[in-house]
Order: sequence, then C-alpha cells, then structure tokens
Amino acid sequence: MSKFLSLENIEKRFPIPGKEDYIAVTDVDLEIKKNEIISIIGHSGCGKSTLLNMISGLDGQTTGKIILNDKEIKGPGPDRAVVFQNHSLLPWLTVYGNIEMAVKKVMPELDPKELRERVEKFVSMVNLDPAKDKLPGEISGGMKQRVGIARALSIQPDVLLMDEPFGALDSLTRANLQEHLMRIQQNVQNTVIIITHDVDEAVLLSDRVIMMTNGPEATIGEILEVNLKRPRNRVELQHDEEYIRCRESILSFLYEKFAKEDE
Amino acid sequence: MKSELIKKIVLPLLVFFAILGVWSGIANTVEEFPTPASTYVAAFGGVNADGDDIVGVLSDPFYIENQDDKGVFWQILASLERVFGGFVLALIVGIPMGLWIGMSKNAQYAFDPFIQILKPVSPLAWLPLLLFIFQDINMTAISTIFITSIWPIIINTALGVRSVSEDYMNVAKVLRFTPLEKVIQIILPVAVPYIFTGMRLSLGIAWLVIVAAEMLTGGIGIGFWIWDAYNNLNYQDIIIGIILVGIVGWILDMIMGKIADYFDYTKKGRA
Repeated sequence: MSKFLSLENIEKRFPIPGKEDYIAVTDVDLEIKKNEIISIIGHSGCGKSTLLNMISGLDGQTTGKIILNDKEIKGPGPDRAVVFQNHSLLPWLTVYGNIEMAVKKVMPELDPKELRERVEKFVSMVNLDPAKDKLPGEISGGMKQRVGIARALSIQPDVLLMDEPFGALDSLTRANLQEHLMRIQQNVQNTVIIITHDVDEAVLLSDRVIMMTNGPEATIGEILEVNLKRPRNRVELQHDEEYIRCRESILSFLYEKFAKEDE
Repeated sequence: MKSELIKKIVLPLLVFFAILGVWSGIANTVEEFPTPASTYVAAFGGVNADGDDIVGVLSDPFYIENQDDKGVFWQILASLERVFGGFVLALIVGIPMGLWIGMSKNAQYAFDPFIQILKPVSPLAWLPLLLFIFQDINMTAISTIFITSIWPIIINTALGVRSVSEDYMNVAKVLRFTPLEKVIQIILPVAVPYIFTGMRLSLGIAWLVIVAAEMLTGGIGIGFWIWDAYNNLNYQDIIIGIILVGIVGWILDMIMGKIADYFDYTKKGRA
C-alpha cells in the first residue's frame, strides 16, 4: 500500500528584513495512515498551526514536500477541509446555507434533490436540524463549531484538518463537541489532524499524538501511540492504565523536557 | 415609554416656535423679509398683506401653465430625475471601480492620489467646464452630479472590500472559488453595507449639488425655481423652496437608509 499522507523534510522560514530568517519549523518528517486520527500538541509558538497551514496549502513550506495520495500538495483544495478555530462561517448565510455553499461548489454534479439531501444529512449529523435556518449570529459558539465540522465533512475530504477547533469554547461545551467528533468519526471514518494544546483532548481523540519541541526551529520531539479501544468513554478512561500512561508521557514532555517560561 | 413619546413631540415643537421667533425677529429687522405668516399664505393660499386672495404654491403644485411655468411638484420631479440620472451613472462606474481598487493594491496606489484631489472639488467648479463640454442643461446637471457623487461610492466600496476578513478568504481558497465566485459569494455580501453607506452619502451630495447646478443652468428644477423666485422678488417662495429641498432630501435619505438596512446582513435576524 502506498503512503497516504507524508511530510518529508519540511522547513518553514519567515524572512525578517535586515535580519536572518526566522526558522519556525524545521526537519519535520511524518507519515500519516488513512483513517488515522493525529493530534499535534505543543506550547504556543511551536509552529503547530504553521504545520497545519502547510498541509492545508494555505501557507507554503520553504523546503520539503507534502504528499497526499501520491500527489504533491500545491495550494489549498477541498481534499483537505479545514475547521478553523474561529469557525469562519459566512455570517450572511444560514447554517444550511453555509454547508450548501460548500457542497454546491465541490460537487456541482448533484441535482437539487441530491444537494438538499446531502446538506440535510450533514446538518443532522451534528444535530442541528432545529437550527438549520438560523444565521451564525443567532447560535452559540459550540453550535457554530459544529456547523464548521459539518461543512468540512460535507465535501468528503481526504483529510480533515482542525486548528484548535475547540480552543475558544468553555470546557463543558468542548467535552460535548469532542463526543460529537468521536461519534461522527465512528460513522464516517476520516483521516483527521487536530492541533491542540489540551492534553486530555489529545489522548481522548487520537491514535497518535505528535509532540512538538519549542520554537524557533521547532520539530517533532516525540510521537506517542495511544493504544485505547474505541468507542472511548472519558469517565471510564480516568482510571485506565493506558490513558494515565499517555497523559503522563505528554505532561512530562511538555512540562519537564520542554517546559516553557512565560514570556 | 409614553413620556418618551410626549418628549419626542413636545420638544421639537418648542424648537419650532423658537425658530419662528427668530424668523419674525429677522423679518422685523430686514426690510421686505417675509414673515412666517406671509410665507404661510404664499405656501397654502389665503389673503396676502396687499389684501389680494392668492393661490398657494403648495395648494396647487401640479399645475402646468406652459413649458416655462409649472407647479412646484414638476420642479422637484425635474430635479429628482437629474439627481437619479447622475446618481445611477455614479453607481454604474463607482461600484466596479471601488471593487477593483479594494481588491488590487496596485489599483489603489494608481488611483488614490487622484481620488483624494478630485473629491474635495466643489460642484460649482466643475459646472462651467461641463457646461462648456455639453452645451446642454440636462447633461451638465447630470454630469456634475455624477462627478461629485461618485467619490463616496468608490471610497466606501473599496473600504468594504478591504474589510473582508482573511478567514472568509481562506474558506474560499479551500473550496477553490474562482475570482468571480469570490466576488459574488464572499466580497459583495461583506461590502454591500459599505456600498450602501457610500450610496447614502452620495445621494445626499447629489441632492445638495442639484440646487446649485440648476441655479446656474436655468430652465426647470427646484434650484432654478428658487433662483427665479429671487429674481421676481418672491422672497416667500425662497423660504418655501428651502423647506421643500430639506424635506425631499430627508425623505431620500430615509428611503436609502431603509434599503441599506434591508441588504445589511448584520441587521437581519437579530433576536
């Protein structure tokens, strides 16, 4: 089987006028399997968002290659849907309209009935049927993020990229959305890359956790395999040995090996 | 709530009477200046100071005596036609210009100095030049309005385009929108409220300009009508004209405001 998504020797430099380039990320090699859920965790400024932007194609790497399905990534495309931290819903379109816009563009071959069915399927998937005709300004932050997830999944991407998707939400809403995401993942089976700074979130959601060292010149420090069966239950996991092991391993990486002073 | 309503009626009435007081004071000082009472008679008809029974300007606004003598309604209509002519032309040229300048840094660098220089030029400065070019009253008035009211449309449209958030453009990039799809689906919805602000300013300017333009070009129109009143020593009509211009301008602004609100997504669906 050929590789699904691979990052080869990625480096990202930002030119600073009159000074040497700022090297944000360097020497990143990573292979991601199909249907795998990956978390990338690290302190702020470790270049994890930069890494995600390079995979999405919204930002280009300085050197190295990113290859998806045997094709090198050049620029953004609907095969790599992004769930943005601030949801980025278009405020003048309803929940339905936001998803419809994406499906219409990516699947122009659908007839009106198929289009409606597909949009409604994804509205239902995130339990937003009652809010389907509401504008983003009328629904809560958690609901907006669910629309963002539905919109991203509705275009049938090869990879779902999530940039701190629940970072702006309170912890109860966040837990609720994590449950949503796990349940959806059980049904649709997608490759997911999640940027996070939340240790529990990383362990709960992922098959593997990529730990980034601190920037500048950040790179992959350790990769942790999370050997927990699915579906996972957050309450039961609290006493699970594997869960505790994973948690401790990440905590020790973040706060002992690569502790970061507050600036 | 109720006392709020009473205040909204009583307080303007107090100011109204204060204005009448000042007006009467001026009328007593300046010779031949029309009093509020004589102006009222000139407007709505009755017996004037000379004891003649006259028909008011506003009691019969629709009369047509001949080509050069028409009721005040027709004067206002003629002015409105010119205003809309120039205004629509300004929209047709100004909105695409604004979109272009908003989207392209190079276009902004190229045009901005000229917009800044031409924007503050008074319509009265354009008038002789345009009259010389067109040799026609209507074309001169319309083109004067066009050239003075286009700037707020260009500037506000460009501002609206520039206020499109990077996040929305990222969504467009991921979905691989074509440039035209970007304009229609992302840029215009964000820019429309700004465009309407520009249109509202622009229509206000157009209505200011028309009175001045018609005074110089003559013929028909509320501006000419006021000037004609001055030449015929009908000083009451000047004041009636001023009040009419103000009321029509206010109505135009309200209509524009309502249309702007209708297209502004931020003012829709708020609970």
